[in-house]
Formats: sequence, structure tokens, C-alpha cells
Amino acid sequence: MHNSNRRLLFRIILILPAIALLAAIPFLVSNAQSPQQPASTAQQPGAPVTAPPYPTIPAPAPQRTGLNIVVIDPAHGGTDPGARGAQGIRENDLVMDLTVQVRRALEANGFQVLQTRSGNENPSFDDRSTMANAQRGAVFITLHISSTGLPGTVRVYTLPDSAATVATGGILSWDRAQAPYITLSRKFADAVQGELAQHFKGSPNNSQSASIRQLRTTAAPAIAVELSSVSVQDRADLDRMMPGVADAIARGVASFRPSYVLPGEAGAQP
Amino acid sequence: MNGSWRNWVLFALAVAVVLGAIYFPFLKRKLKTTAKVVQPSEEQVRRELTQPILQSSSDPIVKARMFWISGDDESALAGTNVELALSKDPVLRSKQVLNTLLAGPVDSDLRTLPPDAALLAFYVLPDGTGIADFSDALATSTPSGIQSEQLAVDSIVRTLEANVPQVRRLKILIHGQELDTLAGHVDLTQYFVVNSKAPQPVSGPLGLPAKPPAASLPAPAGGTTAKAPHR
Repeated sequence: MHNSNRRLLFRIILILPAIALLAAIPFLVSNAQSPQQPASTAQQPGAPVTAPPYPTIPAPAPQRTGLNIVVIDPAHGGTDPGARGAQGIRENDLVMDLTVQVRRALEANGFQVLQTRSGNENPSFDDRSTMANAQRGAVFITLHISSTGLPGTVRVYTLPDSAATVATGGILSWDRAQAPYITLSRKFADAVQGELAQHFKGSPNNSQSASIRQLRTTAAPAIAVELSSVSVQDRADLDRMMPGVADAIARGVASFRPSYVLPGEAGAQP
Repeated sequence: MNGSWRNWVLFALAVAVVLGAIYFPFLKRKLKTTAKVVQPSEEQVRRELTQPILQSSSDPIVKARMFWISGDDESALAGTNVELALSKDPVLRSKQVLNTLLAGPVDSDLRTLPPDAALLAFYVLPDGTGIADFSDALATSTPSGIQSEQLAVDSIVRTLEANVPQVRRLKILIHGQELDTLAGHVDLTQYFVVNSKAPQPVSGPLGLPAKPPAASLPAPAGGTTAKAPHR
């Protein structure tokens, strides 16, 4: 045997045990730790079970999704002018102006604001809902001006309680997206209505319910705010209401914020 | 003398022709307007054909409760008792009370439904679902707005609830079709609960009504077909 071959054999003999030793280290370490584990998780006989007898990942601390985003929906638009008054006042024009003021008031209170439309287009009901449904920690406010009602009053609406029925099986259909949020929506609506009632004499103290199509497909606390009305003689009467309405909505959103816990989250009690 | 007489006659004839030419377009327009007034619309014709005799001498006169806008609060409804000869048959009875509701109260400011709206048809399915088919005017003439639309629907629902206990829930169709909303706000794709405690008839297999609903849903005249409820 040549010297070079001997040296090679010698090296192989040295390297192989080293590799085997390296490969065995994790097993050796785990065996060394495992005897301690039963000791740490051992339960006293008869004592209440405090932890499962297997390794666990510590559960994350319950996180509340804060109310961060407000989706404002200026109703109608495009070919749909909404309510029209005898003096030519159109709901579509007014809600855009109202939206600007509500947005400003909400942003001043630290909320992020999204709009379902910013020009004279008319997204579908579902497209408007999609904007809120894609967010986490959002509320939805659709803004309207009515044809009827005592001028100078404002009403807040949610879907009726009968819409809260959710299909069994854990699947929430798009058509019933609002169902799990009805109670939260009612709290939200009452908070906003309470603020509005202080500003606008003749407005109800509590929110009302109505089968509003726009709210049904919205998976978030959702309300409709309706001012009365396009039947006023002078548009300036409605323009004068807007800063007060915007301010009341912003304060209502802020007061609703602490009770905003989405269904399914830790501690949620809708 | 003869020549001058002839000239006068010719002049008079010329004036008559000119006046006739001027008057002719006015006369034509007037005839068209009159024809429009006299000729009934397709919907009016259908209404007359489909409208059954709603009252018979054998129907007892009872106090029906109608819901119109309250005189004290224009955002609420108030019940008013009206003496009507009402049939015991739920379909006929529903038609009678809804037509009275459409006719409106004495004070027209308190009406909830537009004066030009009409009930085209009313059916009651075996499961107690009432289907009310109204003319287009209900959607086009109801003032747009959450409050006004909800009051319109509530007046229909509460009037049926008070007078026709057999109707469990209501579906509102417009001209035989399901609309998304009444006038932009209130959802018409849903059923409205009328009498949740109304007795439910024996169901067939899988909870389906014992008789197929289609049997009681004849297609209205005019080529449109009533859309069966799908929810």
C-alpha cells in the first residue's frame, strides 16, 4: 500500500467518527432535555389540570381590532340622482358635499377615511359594500337626503333585527353579510343618533330600522344617515345642516370606538 | 258689377283656403291629444281585465284597520278603522284591503302609496307567502328616500297583518318582476314578515309546500311572467 493511500485511509478513519458525532449531537441534546419536561408539566394527583401534557405554543394575547377605518358612501350618483325636490335640489349633489365635510371631521378625529365614490359615478350596491368588506376594523356609513320628513331633522337607520338570522354551517353568504353585525350596527347607530338629536331638534333620540338594500351586503357595523329633505325651498337650509351633521357623526364614531369588537374576536359580545 | 262680384268671391275663397291651411296643424294636434286621452294604456287594459269583482253582497261588513301616515307624526303610521265588506277568502280579502289602502285616506297628505299605483295581482302560496304584484307606478311614483319607502312597505305589511291573518310573509313584485329596491333604498329582494304566528300548512318532502306554488301563479297578461320567489 502506498503511503498516500495510507494517509487517505487514516484521514477517512478520523473524519467518519467526527461526522457521526456531529450528527448525533441533536439527539443527545434532546435526550438530555426530555427527562426534565415531565417534571415541569407533572400534575399533582387530584390537582386541577392547568396545562396539557404536551409542548404548546404560547397563545397570543387577545388582540382587539381597533376601529381605524371609516368607509363613507355618498349614495346614488351617475344616472341615479336619488331624491329630487320641487326646487331642483338633487340628493346626488348634496351627498357629495356632505361627504367632504364628514370626511374632514373624521380625519380631524384621527380616523382613516375611504369613500365608495369620489366623482359622479354610480357603483353597484355590491361594489360599495366590497370596499368595506375588504377592510379589517372598518365601519360603513351611507349618506342620504330624503324626499320627505320634517325639514332640518336627521335619522339614522340599521337593518331590522329580523335580518340577524345567520345560516347554520358557519358559512356567511354575501347576501346576508350584515347579519352578524346587526347588534354592533345598532350600538353604532344609537351613538350617532344620540349626537344628532342634540343638534337637530325634532330628530329621534334612538336609531330606527329599515330594510335598506345597501346595508344588507356589508360585513361591518353599518348605518345609513338620512337628512330631511330635498323638499326645502332653499338649498342653503341643507348646506347649513352639514357641518353639524359631520361633527355629530365624527363624535358618534369616536364614542362607538371603545365598544368596537368584531364578532369572532376574543371577548366579542355582540 | 259681375266682374267685381266674381273678384270678391275669389278673394273670399282665397282667404278661406289660407285660414284653413293655418288652422289645419292645430286641428291635427288637437286630434292627436284627444286620441291619447281616449286610448287606454296597456296597463290600464290589463288592470280592467284582471280585476275581479272584489265585493259581493254576501261579504259581511267589518271594521278593517288601515295604516296610513299619522296626522301627528309624519314619520310614523297610524291605524284607522274603515268599514268594509270583506271576504273570508284570504286572497280576495287581501285584494280588498290593499285596494282600499291604495285609494288612500280622506286627507290625501296622509297617503303612503302613490295615487296612480295599482294592485295588479295578489296570490297566497300554500306556505302562507303572499305575493303582491303592483303596477310600475309604485316604484316610479313613491318618493325616493329611506323613510318614505319604508313607510310605503310598512303600510302594506301592517294592513295585511291586521286584516289577513293567513298571510305569513309578503313578497312585493313590480309588474311581475322582482326589483332590487322600491325607489333606490328599501330592499325588495327580501320577504317581509306579516304574521309570523300564522298557521303553516302541512309541508311536502324536504319542507317544500305540499302543492307546487306555480299552480297558483298564473302568468299575468301582457307576456310577463310572475317571478317565483327564490329565497
